[in-house]
Amino acid sequence: MNIRVLIRLPATARPGEVVEVRLLLQHPMETGFRPGADGRTVPRNTVRRIEASFEGERVFAADLFPAIAANPYLAFALRATRSGTLAVSIEGDNGLAQRETAVLTVT
Amino acid sequence: MTRARLAMAGLAGALALAAGAAGAAGFDTRRSGYEDMSPSTQALQRDDTQNPAMLWVSDGEQRFAADCLRCHSVASLRGVAARHPAWDAASAKPVTLAARINLCRTRHVKAPALAAESDGLLALEAYLALQSRGQPLAPDGTLALRPFRAQGERLFQQRFGQLEFSCAQCHDDNAGRRLAGAPIPQAHPTGYPIYRLEWQGMGSLQRRLRNCMSGVRAEPFAYGSDEFTAIELYLKQRAAGMVMESPAVRP
Repeated sequence: MNIRVLIRLPATARPGEVVEVRLLLQHPMETGFRPGADGRTVPRNTVRRIEASFEGERVFAADLFPAIAANPYLAFALRATRSGTLAVSIEGDNGLAQRETAVLTVT
Repeated sequence: MTRARLAMAGLAGALALAAGAAGAAGFDTRRSGYEDMSPSTQALQRDDTQNPAMLWVSDGEQRFAADCLRCHSVASLRGVAARHPAWDAASAKPVTLAARINLCRTRHVKAPALAAESDGLLALEAYLALQSRGQPLAPDGTLALRPFRAQGERLFQQRFGQLEFSCAQCHDDNAGRRLAGAPIPQAHPTGYPIYRLEWQGMGSLQRRLRNCMSGVRAEPFAYGSDEFTAIELYLKQRAAGMVMESPAVRP
């Protein structure tokens, strides 16, 4: 099942400008340590890895761990040299494997 | 009395009415819980690209487009969240925004009602509340609401639970002081539904009220109960004129 992902970046940028990319993921980030209402441990369900590439070039990668709160927010800087597509891939438990894209136009 | 002075008196009266809980000095001493938050939490709320509630808003936008756009335009829903709970003539009862959404679903969309506190209902609520952001809370003035609002005020003053606290003892008498290190807010519902960091999720005003009730070791009212609707009516009246900040973030 896909999770909701918001990717925010400026629609346009000047060549050489450093822009901030913001990711917001709707995910419970269940640690695997908590007991549920029935007393049994709730199985771990977290995002494990996030990778971002711009036109095929890796620009950001992060491993996520159970200590990260639900609905993780990540931000990273990107130097805009040319127009292109930012592709973000998200992997995690329960077969989570998702790809989201956003377009950056350099003028 | 000259006409100008009469106008002045009228204006002052209107202001006092709008202020509701204005202080003895005559100016409005009400403050949103936003002002007592840490700067980082405030920043989280102010910036839509960081506010986690926007995940629910974008879900609500899709649900709205799928089910509601046949009858409602987005523009027509400005101020709706600022007015609710409002009078529903068909059932001759006040209804909260969440109840209104479900009534609309069962009556017009012919879809099953969404469960209380479900992501779908919170998403629609958050999307509607966002349409009223920046507007003053403007409670429904229907006369029939008066007894319900009075009931809400009584419940607000009534002691509950093993600790025997009323809402008013903390949020009227001791607001601004601290309870075990946490500031006691004045309890103005300006930002619901909220993303609460403690919940790591979204929740309605009723969820927050249930938190307080279990805090004083009382048995909380059920979601959607008449008691909660009455309390919501009173709280919205108490905060009338304050600016909506939904969807808010709270610690």
